Amino acid sequence: MAIDSEVLVVGGGLAGITAAVAAAREGADVRLVSHKASTLRQASGLIDALGYVPATEPSKPLREGPPTAGRNLDPDEWPDPEGPLADPFEAMDRLPDDHPYRLVGADALREGLELFDDLVGDAYLGGHTDRNALVPTFGGSVKPTARYPASAAAALASDDRPTLIVGFRSLTEYDARAFADRLAAAGVPFDVAGTEVEFAEAFRADAKITRLAKALDRDEPIDGTPAREALAKAVGPHLHDVVDDEGGVDRVERVGFPAFLGDDHAAEVRADLADRLGADVFEIPMGPPSLPGLRLEDLLYDALDDAGVRFETGTPAVGYEVDGDDRIDHLVMDRKGSEVPYGAEAVVLATGGLVGKGLDSDREGVREPVLDLHVPQPADRYEWFVDDAFGEQPYARFGVRPDERLRPLDAAGEVAYDDVRVAGGVVGGADVAREKSASGVSLATGLVAGREAAREVQQ
Amino acid sequence: MDDQVDVVVVGGGSTGCGVIRDLARRGLDAVLVEKGNLTHGTTGRMHGLLHSGGRYAVSDQKSARECIEENRVLRDIAAHCVEETGGMFVKRPEDSEEYFQEKLEGCRACDIPAEVIDGEEARRREPYLARDVEKAIVIPDGAVDPFRLCVANAADAREHGARVETHAAVTDVLVEDDEVVGVEIEHDSGPGKRVHRQPGTTEEIHARYVVNATGAWAGQIGEMAGVDVEVRPSKGVMTVMNTRQVDTVINRCRPKGDADIVVPHETACILGTTDEEVDDPEDYPEEEWEVDLMIETLSELVPALKDARTLRSFWGVRPLYEPPGTGTDDPTDITRDYFLLDHGERDELPGMTSIVGGKLTTYRMMAESITDHVCEKLDHDADCDTADAPLPGSEDFSVLRDYMEEFGIRSPIGRRSAQRLGSRTDDVLSGTDPNPVVCECEGVTRAEVRDAIDDAGSDLNAVRLRTRASMGNCQGGFCTHRIASELAQEYPGRVVRDAEDELYQERWKGQRHALWGRQLSQAMLNHLLHATTMNRDGDPATTDADVDFGAFDAGVDPDAEGSGTGGSGSDDSPAGVTATDGGLETADGDERNGGQHGDR
Repeated sequence: MAIDSEVLVVGGGLAGITAAVAAAREGADVRLVSHKASTLRQASGLIDALGYVPATEPSKPLREGPPTAGRNLDPDEWPDPEGPLADPFEAMDRLPDDHPYRLVGADALREGLELFDDLVGDAYLGGHTDRNALVPTFGGSVKPTARYPASAAAALASDDRPTLIVGFRSLTEYDARAFADRLAAAGVPFDVAGTEVEFAEAFRADAKITRLAKALDRDEPIDGTPAREALAKAVGPHLHDVVDDEGGVDRVERVGFPAFLGDDHAAEVRADLADRLGADVFEIPMGPPSLPGLRLEDLLYDALDDAGVRFETGTPAVGYEVDGDDRIDHLVMDRKGSEVPYGAEAVVLATGGLVGKGLDSDREGVREPVLDLHVPQPADRYEWFVDDAFGEQPYARFGVRPDERLRPLDAAGEVAYDDVRVAGGVVGGADVAREKSASGVSLATGLVAGREAAREVQQ
Repeated sequence: MDDQVDVVVVGGGSTGCGVIRDLARRGLDAVLVEKGNLTHGTTGRMHGLLHSGGRYAVSDQKSARECIEENRVLRDIAAHCVEETGGMFVKRPEDSEEYFQEKLEGCRACDIPAEVIDGEEARRREPYLARDVEKAIVIPDGAVDPFRLCVANAADAREHGARVETHAAVTDVLVEDDEVVGVEIEHDSGPGKRVHRQPGTTEEIHARYVVNATGAWAGQIGEMAGVDVEVRPSKGVMTVMNTRQVDTVINRCRPKGDADIVVPHETACILGTTDEEVDDPEDYPEEEWEVDLMIETLSELVPALKDARTLRSFWGVRPLYEPPGTGTDDPTDITRDYFLLDHGERDELPGMTSIVGGKLTTYRMMAESITDHVCEKLDHDADCDTADAPLPGSEDFSVLRDYMEEFGIRSPIGRRSAQRLGSRTDDVLSGTDPNPVVCECEGVTRAEVRDAIDDAGSDLNAVRLRTRASMGNCQGGFCTHRIASELAQEYPGRVVRDAEDELYQERWKGQRHALWGRQLSQAMLNHLLHATTMNRDGDPATTDADVDFGAFDAGVDPDAEGSGTGGSGSDDSPAGVTATDGGLETADGDERNGGQHGDR
């Protein structure tokens, strides 16, 4: 028994959801299927658009031949990236010609961000301006981002209020003193101090941050004191830790915590803490598992529901049938062990990149496993990398190359399938990590792919 | 001369560490100098096999006998560095039956316990062995952690009064009146533990005798003294798997060849190796075919290796030596025996002896023989006790179980900590509370990391070697920044940042050789975490960027927040206000903290 829809979106991350909603808003009947939980939970929850234009050429010729033992890395082999960029749109023209932004254009990013704003409402900020915001990262740096969760609203680096960064002795992700030191070294326009406090010690030494978030949600007693009060008490003695340039002591006006301030009642937890501390409270986005990422995932799945998109997870694509030379007739999905054909008039492939397994590889090469789409790559896997981990890594740009309408191209540069569109991480050409462009690329390509798929149906 | 010491030992590998321990225990005033961290050269780049001698039982029975003897010694004195895995020589249908018998007889002739089992029994012990493995010889191979072993030797030497200087490269061998009288060294960051960014100094160390224990680098030291040491460095690849497909050392039972051994080591298996002569021990190609050969050939013994995840590959250089005139073409035929080259007798340059050749398993025996030699030269009468005195950490290995009870660490993490630390478990773990896990892949806690920092300074690669932190599946992606954070209490920000970058880049080096499948996915995840989420690559603190903070979003209504930058962040502000002069000046500012760390 075939399961049919007009548009079939494969992949449940930011790009897939954007494409599904965009197609649904064009009036198409949309179904979204995903293999497993999206990689949103590994992401920071920030919506980056374009923060840097990284150098694609080294500052001096690279060494030829295989890697060499004992060779020390030359730290100046690659120039610094251009940025941080205040305006993500203006810099797009300086990206490589085959970058997805160059294909779909600045308006696609603008509309993708607008769609995102519409889906998440006041849970996110930044839509009032075209400019990037600079927010602290848990690495102690600041980075440009286009949209940020309300929990990071008080974190902006362009705000000069004295700031306290709080770390917990039982958490190892950062040391708050080194964090504050690094912010100061970046030249931030505010005075900042870091302090490591005892709080989470009340929990088992290796308690997950989700456990801490729940305790704050429920205001569970910790050694007899409610969690929020206990946390405020731990931080209280450090509210005057910040010393300004003249050696004077400032009372801090904002306090940053690792992003575990509640899960279901995050806003309430922040407000309660702010009230107790007499300072604004913000969260610093963390690595996986990321609460801001999980919260965003929840918001987006609600939006998908509201848009009338049917979706199912735990359903990997395991095969496909073509209709003639240039169209996909249906995909074959593994539904609880049985193979079921999923027919559609248009397919959006938003299966992710190397992390989300939308791209697969072995020693012989890199491939797109769902539709066997062409992935350009050097034949020799020793040309997939350069010596500097943060240099121009060819592997970081791996992916399917599409035309301007996001139809996948084959090895000859011809459209492989008329009824397929690609979006998000499976699209190559961007080094989203160094550019700080991952979410923006997903939004821009998701929007265009979804609309294009809906138009395909209407034809 | 007032500041003259008895002996300078050059080289902080297994031999040098063994020698400094022996010298110190015999009451000599000795200094060890090493240009990198301990094990920087060949010792840190081997597969960790504790030989039973079986590998040499046909071709080199003298080495085989030495191996089994020292194998027994190390199980005793270095129990916390050794895993008694046992080993097998397995025979496939195409491997020679005649050689199998020769191997068996050779083992017995060399006093190596050897037992023949059939294929079925071999697979019962190691279920991933190939179906067509016919039979195997069981021998007492083991796994040894070379880092832990060297660190323990150096620690014991220090306890007996020796000085150990790492990150101190020899820049000259001092010769006066046709006699070696010491060495000149260049401290990477001053004497003592290495501190990133701290400027170095030069030092002359005068000594009554110099021991050149630099292995594959012995020729370079020889050159500084004006003598020829004909070491023939030979490279070999080792490929690290993400799990232990086998718990026993698996050797292929055939005369010689590349890719014929799998060594289980801690959480991983290490596949080895190749044998190819190179000109320069520090500059030789690390090639794709070598990695592919490991996987293809060894999957004939363990088919699961074919599609298994590899974490990285690394190469080492053997310090092979043969007496002048031997003229062996193929490096695999060069003897694995060791040689003492007394430059007084050999080159009429008294005051220095080089020790070349040999292998990790016999490091202690080599150290004993050269220490005997040095004592004779210095007319110093003292007995060697290194075969009987346990190394720090192995003094009372039976207490391990008690520690695990005491600390309530019957969890896998606690067990692993105790296995790594041995009898030092109590000292290391009791001081740190809370003691969260810093490296999840290898189960390394804060206490172990801090202990290693106390010992090694801000060099996080030295911390890694002591603890195994960042050596698991994620290859540092999830823990480089955490390990670096543990430096923050003692070291200024710039030191922390540099140490973090150095470890991250070092981890990347080996992963380049494993960039496909799941490790490529891991590499991309690491890239996203460090570049996207943390912005390590574009951090204004480390780039030359002059950030105009006022040009960025300052919030929906910055004025209402009482922000001092006022409207400068709003949309219509032309260029905003440059809030500071950017990262550089401020970054320099934290050097003011640098001075107080100068004595580290």
